[in-house]
Amino acid sequence: MNLPLPLLPAGLAVLAALASAGVSLLANRRHSLLRLLAMPLLVLSGIAAVFAGIEVLLSGVVVATQLPLGLPWLPWQVRFDALSGFFLALIGLVTTSVALYGPGYVRQYEHGKHSLTALGGFTGLFVAGMQMVVLADDAFMFMVAWEVMSLSSYFLVTFEHEHPANRRAGFLYLLMAQVGALCILAGYGVLAWSGGGFTFIAMRGAALSGGWASVAFALALLGFGMKAGLVPVHVWLPEAHPVAPSHISALMSAVMLKVAVYGFIRFSFDLLGDVQWGWGVAVLLLGSISALMGVLYALMQHDLKRLLAYHSVENIGIVFIGLGLSMIFAGSGQPLLAALALVAALYHTINHAIFKALLFLGAGAILHAAHEQDMEQMGGLLKRMPWTGLFFLVGCISIAALPPFNGFVSEWLTFQAALQAWALENGVLRSLIPIAAALLALTGALAAACFVKVYGVSFLGRARSRHAQHAREVSTGMRAGQGLLALFCLLLGVMPTAFLSLINGIPTALLGVGLSHATEHGWLWLTPIHPSVASYSAPLVLTGLLLAWGISSLWLRRGKLRRVRSCEAWDCGFSTPNARMQYTATAFSQPFRRVFGLLFRVEEHVSRLEDGSQKHELHVSDRAWELLYAPVGRWVTRASALVGRLQTGHVRGYLGWTLGTLLVLLWIIS
Amino acid sequence: MDHFLTPGDWGLALVQTLLFLAGAPLLAAWIRRVKSRLQNRRGPPLTQSYRDLRKLFAKEAMVADTASVLFRAAPYVVFGSTLVAASVVPLLAVSLPTAAVADVIVLVGFLALARFFLALAGMDVGTAFGGMGASREMLVSALAEPAMLMAVFTLAMSAHSTNLSSMVQFNLDAGLVLRPSFLFALLGLLLVAVAETGRIPIDNPATHLELTMIHEAMILEYSGRHLALMEWASQLKLMLYGVLIVNVFLPWGIATDTGMASLAQGLLALVAKLLLLGLLLAVAETVLAKMRLFRAPHYLNLAFLLTLLGLFSHVILETGA
Amino acid sequence: MNLEQLSLLDQAIFVLAALALLASFSLLAQTRLTAAIHSFAWQGVMVALVTTLVALSGIHHLYVSALLTLSLKSLLIPWMLHRLVRRLDMESEAESIGHPTLLVLAGAGLVIFCYWVALPIERLDMISTRNVIAVSLAIVVLGLWMMVARRRVVTQVLGFMSMENGLFLAAVASTRGMPLVVELGVAFDVLVAAILFGVFFFHISESIETLDVDLLNRLNEREE
Repeated sequence: MNLPLPLLPAGLAVLAALASAGVSLLANRRHSLLRLLAMPLLVLSGIAAVFAGIEVLLSGVVVATQLPLGLPWLPWQVRFDALSGFFLALIGLVTTSVALYGPGYVRQYEHGKHSLTALGGFTGLFVAGMQMVVLADDAFMFMVAWEVMSLSSYFLVTFEHEHPANRRAGFLYLLMAQVGALCILAGYGVLAWSGGGFTFIAMRGAALSGGWASVAFALALLGFGMKAGLVPVHVWLPEAHPVAPSHISALMSAVMLKVAVYGFIRFSFDLLGDVQWGWGVAVLLLGSISALMGVLYALMQHDLKRLLAYHSVENIGIVFIGLGLSMIFAGSGQPLLAALALVAALYHTINHAIFKALLFLGAGAILHAAHEQDMEQMGGLLKRMPWTGLFFLVGCISIAALPPFNGFVSEWLTFQAALQAWALENGVLRSLIPIAAALLALTGALAAACFVKVYGVSFLGRARSRHAQHAREVSTGMRAGQGLLALFCLLLGVMPTAFLSLINGIPTALLGVGLSHATEHGWLWLTPIHPSVASYSAPLVLTGLLLAWGISSLWLRRGKLRRVRSCEAWDCGFSTPNARMQYTATAFSQPFRRVFGLLFRVEEHVSRLEDGSQKHELHVSDRAWELLYAPVGRWVTRASALVGRLQTGHVRGYLGWTLGTLLVLLWIIS
Repeated sequence: MDHFLTPGDWGLALVQTLLFLAGAPLLAAWIRRVKSRLQNRRGPPLTQSYRDLRKLFAKEAMVADTASVLFRAAPYVVFGSTLVAASVVPLLAVSLPTAAVADVIVLVGFLALARFFLALAGMDVGTAFGGMGASREMLVSALAEPAMLMAVFTLAMSAHSTNLSSMVQFNLDAGLVLRPSFLFALLGLLLVAVAETGRIPIDNPATHLELTMIHEAMILEYSGRHLALMEWASQLKLMLYGVLIVNVFLPWGIATDTGMASLAQGLLALVAKLLLLGLLLAVAETVLAKMRLFRAPHYLNLAFLLTLLGLFSHVILETGA
Repeated sequence: MNLEQLSLLDQAIFVLAALALLASFSLLAQTRLTAAIHSFAWQGVMVALVTTLVALSGIHHLYVSALLTLSLKSLLIPWMLHRLVRRLDMESEAESIGHPTLLVLAGAGLVIFCYWVALPIERLDMISTRNVIAVSLAIVVLGLWMMVARRRVVTQVLGFMSMENGLFLAAVASTRGMPLVVELGVAFDVLVAAILFGVFFFHISESIETLDVDLLNRLNEREE
């Protein structure tokens, strides 16, 4: 079998991940194997994946081959094009950082009762599954790799299975993953039925009528949306991501959700081909709702990892806003604008992967050092963990979409794409798209508010618990993993032109036009449409900011002037402030809870206990449960009760059913 | 892009930035003086703001013992970001090289960066006041953001550009045109500007009661040169919004080339417009009372409704098939 | 159609129509009765101004219509409603609206819908008036939405009157006014309706002691 050149590092990446899983089989006997051998193999896998992806993006070739695996009449097709390359590089980058971070983090499990084999084995399988999904070129290999990904992550979610809450979260995750996979399979089924085969090549050539194309699209949107975390099928995300080990949460939130985005793009832009603008409106609507609800629910959380999980819902919503805009423009005959929106969505995809992984790794570091996951017990950690604090601050600034980091550039591009709505003929769309953009602006501002809360309550101020007071900075490996991601946050924010040139092959392949005019004025200027319309020079912005900060700082802190005197904080004349007088996370979000209260289910009680003290309880829960899932659950229970009547317990009854089935089958055969 | 390499244009951009820096305290002092006159007092002289800044720079800076390094770095970040934001707004002349570096969405981003660090600084000391100020400020700014962006969008959909120089040029070229969308965007932006700069009726910049503060609560612990930078940054932000409103919506008088006569005319027009706007703001602050915090969402909803109607006017009335 | 190519008169008509729409939204979300009546009066002023501007282009009987609208809609009816409010002691009452934001957002959705409905009007000489028709249709629909969403009877009257404002605006903008006889008839109908409303409110308030529309079913004579 002759493997074309770019496939070699890709194959190496998959094999290294599988080898990492294999090595971990012995990890239960020799505990240090996990961090000495399995994790470095994952680093190798990640670097190979990054290398392979960038090579394909730079060279622009598409390689396709066939693997001698799978069924005899349905061997696995592998295809490596620009879109696969982009996502493979994304997977590789995050895997490298997580694998650098991993050895320090898994040390805490080495003397515990959990199975290290399970941890290492399933991590390797998980990474390998994701890599195979983006390389698949036929539905069979896609679904097998998809299931490998889902199942191995299920075992990782239920890693600490002694807590019933973790088991419940794992069950919900598994259930929704399977329902989603069924929808995806049904979508592929529609395409295969009209295309005549299960390979993607056959599906691309399928001529679907408008109605069937919409059916396939709806199935794909439901299936991939469930995995990506679109509202209202997102409920598994905030349950499953917090309970997994932190580096696995990083992988799940940063990479697995992006693989779902990859699947969606591949299905609708590549396999279905002619996108209708009506689909784009549905995607835009779902994306906007996910973005707003995600960030609002995140604001209400005080468990750090759960908050980050809800933010993943929000950012996936933003990605889908970009994809929806792209579909609307493509369906209305504006391929150039569709390319811009698609590029904005892809940029946000990789940005979110990087800063979400960074934030989850930081949360893991806090958990490792201070043994706290609840923000109400943290505080003052910046002084105890300066490096983690610095990297986490970079992550917070990036996710709040502030210049000069990467989150801002993708949001700027999304706004520029939305602003071109004036080129559409449909007046209703011309009014709806700016409203969606205003919603995006609201989401961005709320995200900034949420991360002021997160950083302010966890890292600043005074320590609220003894654990937080005695936290120590984490090991070099963990710092290196976070530092690598923080570096990429800055790089992607300051070099958008280089990134756009790199991924120019993707819109060219999917929509027919590229965005070469965006970078044609040199590496300094990003001009998505035309210089007279909008331009952004990230390096100059960074220079300007550094100049302003540097000059003011140097001028005012020269020589003797830099002295400051230390004193007590202002206490309004009362006694010395203590740590419990600070604002808590719940207090910070109270104004938001009050203004947006209608959108949550808030239950608040004040009760008096026997000893005379008062207890205040506040529960903020997801409205999707009572509106969507409780009725569905009741319906399923009733339907199963109806079917359950078949189980009478009488042997003769069961024999009667058997006789009836036999008679029907005989009749059919005759 | 090539004509931006002339040092003359960049020199003019630098001069405008320094003018911003020098003029911001003066605008704040003018507003304070008009308010005093309306309250039948004589009021402090126009140079009082400069004297206050000089006094603060000379004083020693005191830092709470619970604060971290972010508390000491935040004033520089806030001041620098606001200054960079001010440098992209056309002040005297229409063409501005920095407007091509950062457009109006990036401007909003700079102000958001400054606000982010300001809120973090408020939370750093570990007292209740800072947290309260940060929480309230993030609420007000989050609700003002959609209105601001909708106004920007309405402008950009007519001018087909988000570059501030292009917007000003578009308005100048159009002459006297009555656009309902611009009218509504202007009204909405005025309301948003009052909220973002922390003036009455959202926030009282002269209050001494901690429980009524929003902006002041976040800078409560600052002193000396740190406080001077924070105060200057907030004055700069007020002037930034003022110049943005007068130069984008009422651009007549702005210099269209870089000759000395044009620039002088631009300066005169700007001073006249800012004095008028300051007068308007002072009258509004005297007539209105500060609202309680949970009425601010209604105020900002009104701003959003105005800008939304601006968008509708644009789509329905101004562009037809 | 480019806005800059239209005459200043047409641009002014657009501005006034948009301000009338703003008055509609203000009516929708305004809780205090006196402020709502003032919003209605301003809407009448806007419509009268539009009529005057259209009359400037040569249709002189519209001056009479403008004067009629101004005196009726902006002065007489608001004065009558004020008097009614004072007699029923409702001046300081503020109606509690559940979620004003939702009302306004639904109103925005209705405006987009009205625009979509008005889109098929394709005759070239009416493109600019097509837009004002869309706005007037939105004012009518918003008036009806206000009647659905609000509970006090006085605000229901305001909703009804603002619907008439919208119809009048549509007539002025598209057909350059209705025949004078029709306009006089409609105007007097509105006046009579206002008088009757006043009389009825007084009696309703006396018999069931409330002016909440939802409780009007107390008026039935069934023994309870």
